[in-house]
Amino acid sequence: MTINTMDKGGWHRQQMSCFRKMEKLIVAMQDPDMGIKMRNQRLLITVIPHAMTGRDVIDWLIQKYRMCEEEALHLGGMLVRYGYIYPLKEPRSLVLRADETPYRFQTPYFWTSTRWPASEIDYAIYLAKKNIRKQGELMEYEKERYSLLHKRINHTWDFVVMQAREQLRASKQRRKADRIVLECQEQAYWLINRPQPGAHNILDVGLERPNNFSSRVTLNSDYYKSEIEACRRALGRNRVKSSICLEGFVKFSEQYQNHDPIMQGCLPSNPWISDDSAHWTMNAEMVPTPTRLRVERWSFSFRELLNDVMGRREFMTYLEKEFSAENLCFWQACENIRHGESSRIVEKVEEVYKAFLAPGAARWVNIDSKTMAHTLEGLKHPHRFVMDAAQMHIYFLMKKDSYPRYLKSDLYKNMLARAIVPQETKKSVFPFMRRQRHSSPSPAQAFTQVLEEDGRAQAGTNAAGSHV
Amino acid sequence: MGEMEQLRKEADSLKDQITAARKAVQDTTLQEAVAGITVVGRVQMKTRKTLRGHLAKIYAMHWGTDSKLCVSASQDGKLIVWDSITTNKVNAIPLKSSWVMTCAYAPSGNFVACGGLDNMCSIYNLKGKDGNVKVMRELAAHTGYLSCCRFLNDSEIITSSGDCTCVLWDIETGTEKTIFTGHQGDCMSLAVSPDFKFFISGACDYTAKLWDIREGQCRQTFGGHESDINSIGFFPNGNAIITGSDDATCKLYDLRADQELITYQDSGIMCGVTSLAPSLSGRLILAGYDDFNVNIWDSLKAERVGVLAGHDNRVSCIGVSSDGMACCTGSWDSFLKIWN
Repeated sequence: MTINTMDKGGWHRQQMSCFRKMEKLIVAMQDPDMGIKMRNQRLLITVIPHAMTGRDVIDWLIQKYRMCEEEALHLGGMLVRYGYIYPLKEPRSLVLRADETPYRFQTPYFWTSTRWPASEIDYAIYLAKKNIRKQGELMEYEKERYSLLHKRINHTWDFVVMQAREQLRASKQRRKADRIVLECQEQAYWLINRPQPGAHNILDVGLERPNNFSSRVTLNSDYYKSEIEACRRALGRNRVKSSICLEGFVKFSEQYQNHDPIMQGCLPSNPWISDDSAHWTMNAEMVPTPTRLRVERWSFSFRELLNDVMGRREFMTYLEKEFSAENLCFWQACENIRHGESSRIVEKVEEVYKAFLAPGAARWVNIDSKTMAHTLEGLKHPHRFVMDAAQMHIYFLMKKDSYPRYLKSDLYKNMLARAIVPQETKKSVFPFMRRQRHSSPSPAQAFTQVLEEDGRAQAGTNAAGSHV
Repeated sequence: MGEMEQLRKEADSLKDQITAARKAVQDTTLQEAVAGITVVGRVQMKTRKTLRGHLAKIYAMHWGTDSKLCVSASQDGKLIVWDSITTNKVNAIPLKSSWVMTCAYAPSGNFVACGGLDNMCSIYNLKGKDGNVKVMRELAAHTGYLSCCRFLNDSEIITSSGDCTCVLWDIETGTEKTIFTGHQGDCMSLAVSPDFKFFISGACDYTAKLWDIREGQCRQTFGGHESDINSIGFFPNGNAIITGSDDATCKLYDLRADQELITYQDSGIMCGVTSLAPSLSGRLILAGYDDFNVNIWDSLKAERVGVLAGHDNRVSCIGVSSDGMACCTGSWDSFLKIWN
């Protein structure tokens, strides 16, 4: 979530970088060689130079960014919303239309970033000019604001009226076409910076984060000392080659692709589309027979197995056969301590010690002497993490030894064989669009229009044969 | 201040050494590493449900672990728990302070938390005896606004604040257990690792930090962004973090290589990233932007493969349910939408 902050300079940092990017684009659009081809536009009886149509803008964006029509409309629309391009015919409708509607570039003098924040006095002068120029030209909401301003900055009102008169006088000296252009530009600026009630306020920056300079980090020697310590620690760490890391992500994504409903859909059907909650029922925490995908996931990593209640239960059954169930029990008890209520920690630690670690304990777990010594020392002052070392030891023991053997065991293999592969629910009346992999180009590459088909539900998954 | 100057130089020199060590393990480019895989085909998601009820900007949302219930916080001073399938409101909790910026759902489903300009994190018990939802705890110690909070379990919660610190709280006693200092700017967002041993924070000093919850120390710091980091999350395998910033880019930092490996940017995207969430396999990253859209990125090929356009105002929060089935977006237009 983006929340605005105003520091001493009054600059809204967050929006400034956005403005800079848009301004670069606007300048490129006006480039004499590579920019949009301008033309004269007739507005009533006056000819406005350097205008363009909405269609021109969109075509140029499609060309420059190789985007589709929809994207260009969205980006162009943003430029209009932020006031960098304004409509000539219907100034209050800050929308980019993909047709012959005329638009013009806003002059940099009136860019939002140039004169931000818009000042009250400037707004008062603008309204005063409108009022003086033609009686009744102010809209209802403008009249209200005008009188509010009159009250609020009453002490400078003479200045406001004087400025307004002066600017009106100066504008009379200009050619009619120039005057109209300036009036349009000024109006466009104020429609953005003082939007009419009910209109979208694009400059709304949300909750203003208060400046808390008292709690700002003071860069003193204590700060640098802890920085140095943190850096030393960070420097000493082992770093893995980037090629290995990237390969790891590729492998992980491939392994989990079939389990990613957003990418692959899900069987028997997506409950959000079909309103059939069968998928969730089949994958509830405890079911008589789990789905195949779920059982497969237990083989991805030891953590996956432990994260699933059913998986843990199956693993426990296996360990019982091997007479090493106390390992998993110990691990679970430690998890209980780690994530449980603070008030019961001491009590739980005591129980765990008696059941698993004490000499002659009923379910004694085999941890190495060094870890045992370390743990016993910690037991003098029990805390949430006191069992961490011992828990880690048992965790790795199970992971390296019992887990791989479980995956090869008949117990697991039978479970996998019995597991359900849900049937895709019958198609309904609407023609389904099967999710095709590697079909149409992504938005970043598409030249052609991408059709938005409404009302089409998504099928469960494509019949890639990946399940059975 | 001779001593401080010396300390500053030492810190800078260490940082340069870290930069060099990072460069030393850069043995490939992203293009080379992913040359063998093809871009994901165009992803088209539709709005399946619209959750209506808030009367003002929505600032935050969080899925419950059952993938059906979710909680949202809005400037209208309400915390609403939704049944996202039926779109019914399970709870509508009035807040003392309407300037709420964040909310969180406890993994157990028993509690929700929220906070904002009141500098406090308020914990609400959803499963109270008489059915009423009441404030159970008010965690007050931060000297700045609360930007984000996440439960570790029913007893512990981590908060990030505009006072540049993150804090681990003991909910039962309402006290601070650990204070994580080091950021030089407002902490904007945090995320907890899948194994609950670490958490990451993104801040207005343009860096992200990885913290060891137990030791209370910063393990790694990642820079590279050119503006505030608004949103942060873990890649599903826990080996990388993804950040979203006002500079209109998202970045993936690998924890084992200790550096940035991938940047997600497009010259046609000019507005800042407000929120992000990876899909279950991590192959897709859904990011919400100030320009009202959500862009879907192929996380490995770093290309845009889809757009969710349906909000009439900034997308302020996004979340993918834990079963990976649905994505929920919340916006300043006061609506939440469920997509898949």
